[in-house]
Amino acid sequence: MGVIIIFLQKAIAQGIGILYGALGEIITEKSGNLNLGVPGIMYMGGIAGLMGAFYYEQGTANPSGMVGLLISFTCAFLTAVLGGLIYSVLTITLRANQNVTGLALTTFGVGFGNFFGGSLSQLAGGVGQISVAATGAAYNKTIPGLSQIPVIGPVLFSYGFLTYLCLVLAILLSFFLSKTRKGLNLRAVGENPGTADAAGINVTRYKYIATCVGCGISGLGGLYFVMEYSGGTWTNNGFGDRGWLAIALVIFALWKPVNAIWGSILFGGLYILYLYIPGLGRSMQEIFKMLPYLVTIIVLIFTSFRKKREYQPPAGLGLPYFREER
Amino acid sequence: MSKEPLVHISKREEMPLAKAVMVRLVAVLLSLIVCAFVIFILTKLNPVEVYKAIFDGAVGTSRRSWVTIRDSLILLCVAIGLTPAFKMRFWNIGAEGQILMGGCVTAAVMIYAGDSMPTPVMFAVMIAASIAAGLIWGLIPAVFKAVWNTNETLFTLMLNYVAMQIVTFCIVFWENPAGSNTVGIINSKTKIGWLPSLGGLTYGWNVVIVLLLTVGMFVYLKYSKQGYEIAVVGESENTARYVGISVKKVIMRTMAISGAICGLAGFILVSGSSHTISTSTAGGRGFTAIIVAWLSKFNTFTMILVSFFLVFMQKGALQIASQFKLNENASDVITGIILFFILGSEFFINYQLHFRKKSTKS
Amino acid sequence: MEQQMNAIELKNISKRFGKVVANDKVNLTVRKGEILSILGENGSGKTTLMNMLSGIYFPDEGQIFVEGREVTISSPKDAFQLGIGMIHQHFKLVDVLTAAENIILGLPGREILDMDTVTGKISELVEKYGFELDPNQKIYEMSVSQKQTVEIIKVLYRGANLLILDEPTAVLTPQETEKLFAVLRNMRADGHSIIIITHKLHEVLSLSDRVAVLRKGKYVGTVDTKSVTAEMLTEMMVGKKVILDIDRPEPVNPQKRLMVQNLTCLNKEGIVTLDHASFEANSGEILGIAGIAGSGQKELLEAIAGLQPVAEGTVTYYPPEGGEELLSTKSAFEIRKLGVRLSFVPEDRLGMGLVASMDMVDNMMLRGYNEGRSFFADRKTPRNLAERIIQQLEVVTPGVSTPVRRLSGGNVQKVLVGREIASRPTVLMVAYPVRGLDINSSYTIYNLLNEQKKQGAAVLCVGEDLDVLLELCDRILVLCGGSVSGIVDARTTTKEEIGLLMTKTGKEERHE
Repeated sequence: MGVIIIFLQKAIAQGIGILYGALGEIITEKSGNLNLGVPGIMYMGGIAGLMGAFYYEQGTANPSGMVGLLISFTCAFLTAVLGGLIYSVLTITLRANQNVTGLALTTFGVGFGNFFGGSLSQLAGGVGQISVAATGAAYNKTIPGLSQIPVIGPVLFSYGFLTYLCLVLAILLSFFLSKTRKGLNLRAVGENPGTADAAGINVTRYKYIATCVGCGISGLGGLYFVMEYSGGTWTNNGFGDRGWLAIALVIFALWKPVNAIWGSILFGGLYILYLYIPGLGRSMQEIFKMLPYLVTIIVLIFTSFRKKREYQPPAGLGLPYFREER
Repeated sequence: MSKEPLVHISKREEMPLAKAVMVRLVAVLLSLIVCAFVIFILTKLNPVEVYKAIFDGAVGTSRRSWVTIRDSLILLCVAIGLTPAFKMRFWNIGAEGQILMGGCVTAAVMIYAGDSMPTPVMFAVMIAASIAAGLIWGLIPAVFKAVWNTNETLFTLMLNYVAMQIVTFCIVFWENPAGSNTVGIINSKTKIGWLPSLGGLTYGWNVVIVLLLTVGMFVYLKYSKQGYEIAVVGESENTARYVGISVKKVIMRTMAISGAICGLAGFILVSGSSHTISTSTAGGRGFTAIIVAWLSKFNTFTMILVSFFLVFMQKGALQIASQFKLNENASDVITGIILFFILGSEFFINYQLHFRKKSTKS
Repeated sequence: MEQQMNAIELKNISKRFGKVVANDKVNLTVRKGEILSILGENGSGKTTLMNMLSGIYFPDEGQIFVEGREVTISSPKDAFQLGIGMIHQHFKLVDVLTAAENIILGLPGREILDMDTVTGKISELVEKYGFELDPNQKIYEMSVSQKQTVEIIKVLYRGANLLILDEPTAVLTPQETEKLFAVLRNMRADGHSIIIITHKLHEVLSLSDRVAVLRKGKYVGTVDTKSVTAEMLTEMMVGKKVILDIDRPEPVNPQKRLMVQNLTCLNKEGIVTLDHASFEANSGEILGIAGIAGSGQKELLEAIAGLQPVAEGTVTYYPPEGGEELLSTKSAFEIRKLGVRLSFVPEDRLGMGLVASMDMVDNMMLRGYNEGRSFFADRKTPRNLAERIIQQLEVVTPGVSTPVRRLSGGNVQKVLVGREIASRPTVLMVAYPVRGLDINSSYTIYNLLNEQKKQGAAVLCVGEDLDVLLELCDRILVLCGGSVSGIVDARTTTKEEIGLLMTKTGKEERHE
């Protein structure tokens, strides 16, 4: 029992970062943009949040965790939005190829994260170990009382606010897409921009906003990993391939935010499953780590077998839209 | 009258080559200025010094020059592998995995074969194995694409990570020294399975193999029947069917070739360059090469220039980073900035802007 | 007639696309509460004219009055504000959304959607006019006629008083057509004005109050339906016979080359596009194929060429050397391998017949690149062919290495036809061979077809200009709604006869 609770807790902790990435990518893809830059965006968000908190804590004698939290949150979000803006200008206005631009953004973003992460202490004048203790603690504050309840406490209430924010975002996003006018318009833009255009929807504006906000949310995944998961420290490449897993999760969830919640826990669980299977040799552990990717491939194949429309990506995904070309 | 947009954008007929080259040069120039500016902010090094340092870092010594050449060649090799797939409009972003698979089997042969076979046979086995591994890794998504139209972009992407796990799986067995979780330099004493030097040049064979591939791919795409089929399928599947080309067959065959060359790049990396294997052996080249192939418009000779330029800038940035004790990932940031500019510049080559004159109509 | 009576009035509307005049000083009035048909052949400018009412195009000249007031319509939004809504031939719907979601797409209103109110309002409209529609059904699950219903309700939901329908029955079965007409009559009774673009005479006669006729971009006139017959309308639509002076040599020793029996094709949705077509094509003869656009011409040619799956029936080829080959079970690739010299100039020249971005040499290679056993492609033969075609057909191009997309329409067609006849075909199929071509190029193509005929090829020519078919062909096969409504002798038939065959299926004719 105890092991299962810990496993679930860790699976959720692993999954939230991926879920942020996936939620952002769902919004972006719903507008018809396939942004393969998400891994880079997550690195950018993570390092920007850390730097914001770091410079704040460096500059103040008695840093307040709350202020650090606000600053880092804003920095992470805005930097990620900036990354989204680069992608948007290139693909929407300058009509560059989406895949190539996304990959360039990932190269840039991962480099950006690792460069500043690895150079931060040097840039700050050789302060040695980077630590944002106060901010990190603020991110990890759990709900007092509730987290002490047995079983339910650790599984449901032992996380920092970013975890709950992510779940709320997923539900809000689901509501937005299915129940609001702008959500409906956004879906139309991604499915059939020509029709959306004819219906008087400003396709360019929707694509820009969806991509930038989507990137902002993905960036929070990086922030989550740095602050809540790692407690305010940076390891180069520590974020690993979770950005690509986020893109995989979008497919796995069939572009539905609520599915992505369950998917993220499953992915998180698969990611760490090897630690919990007794008697697993080191080599078999590595095989187990393939699971999230294999599961995604199977979902991909399955959806292409069954041509059910609900399971398909937005019809306009990856395709540029120019009215002049009819 | 309702508002009409100020700028009307239309597709350009075709820009004269000289002008297109000019646009790209301007883009590169702009990106270099931005890069210098970024480096200046971080290091306070004056821009002229920045470029001196980059130059010095990339080709300052003969050793550095050779490292730059070696890495350009590998990037070039991967880009060449990707070219037929992209020409067919098949988004193979799984080069990373195909390289790793090729590299992994190469390492396996180096480790297990020992001195059991004569050197030429050993190289034949390594090359054949790496080609086969990459080929299989490229063929899997192609079969699904051809038969069920499974999205190849995401499929190939996922296979990269499956390949990475296969490599870490192998590392468990090949660990050296034990507990390091790395393979270390394979056969560091005997140098068995190391690509030998050619005519006194350490990387002579690398040059020969990759240049042969460059010319070969150019000829294949431009002069062979199969290359012609790839072009037709890429431009218009409808026309391909009209003249009786089997689109499925072409997709599978082309991806087999693409994967095979990427697998061979894995061989060059392991046998001819790093002499070890890890998950970072491919090091993002599979992704950068996509951009190289795309920007070169599938011309393999242009790819030589583009890959050399990118690696040159990367090595230069590395030099500056280490000089100022900054992180080596500076090179990725620089690469990213340059790519953004070149990608953006394509717009001005393909499209024309017409600024609206003041409306005269009543 | 009083000004106030008219819902819409168009005065001297002209629209040009480059050099082509699509509408030339067209006048038109639509009265309140009437159904007006706009009748005309393909390319007579009907759709262009209506697109100017719905805000898609802006007229070069002329005035538009709505309820007596002069207006400017420069976007679909403007049109909606004036109560004008158009239902296009190609539906603008998002497949994965429901009918109701499509209907409210892009409309302003409360941010949180209240779909119950929306579906309620839709159901009201559905009931009022006698539609059949489930507002919560997804578009991709719908039949074509249901999709059309969604489009019509979309327009009504936005409060349109004037509905324009562009060939609404082209995609409908006779039963569905009847239902649509019933709905349209209900709407007329409710005070809506309706414009229906069509070229089906019997529909015009059964549905509309008045008919406006366009011919080659010009306004011919408007007549009361009650006072006209199908023959009179046909004459207004096709006009007097124009003498073109195209050569027509007598067929020499015609022999059966191709026999098509009960050929039937279905489209992806399972709807019959070609319905038990049977005919023979002979060597040394040009068989014209006439019909309204979308009557099964494309399917017929593609099925013969092995590019379209055949649901039923056979295509048999009789080689000049004797014997016979069944083609209908074979793909294009297999037919070629068999050595059948079948050439095909498709309608979509740059999207199917040629590769737009490739140069002439590479486009010549499309046929026969795979001959010989060499790994490398032979570019010398195609280059010679390209040069020969440039010379013989007077193709205007900077050179053989210019991408064909940069050539003019006429030159593109010369390149395509030149390639297809280079293999000395025994069967040559051409679809709309002179569409978009100037007079000189057109005559070059006619001569090429005649030359093939003289050399003994069986030529099948799908055309849209009846004057051309009448002078060029030996026999003319008329398609209507996917089935063969008649095969006539081109030397003795009249334009009117073909016009009637085009617009009435054989069955209907027997009934009337």
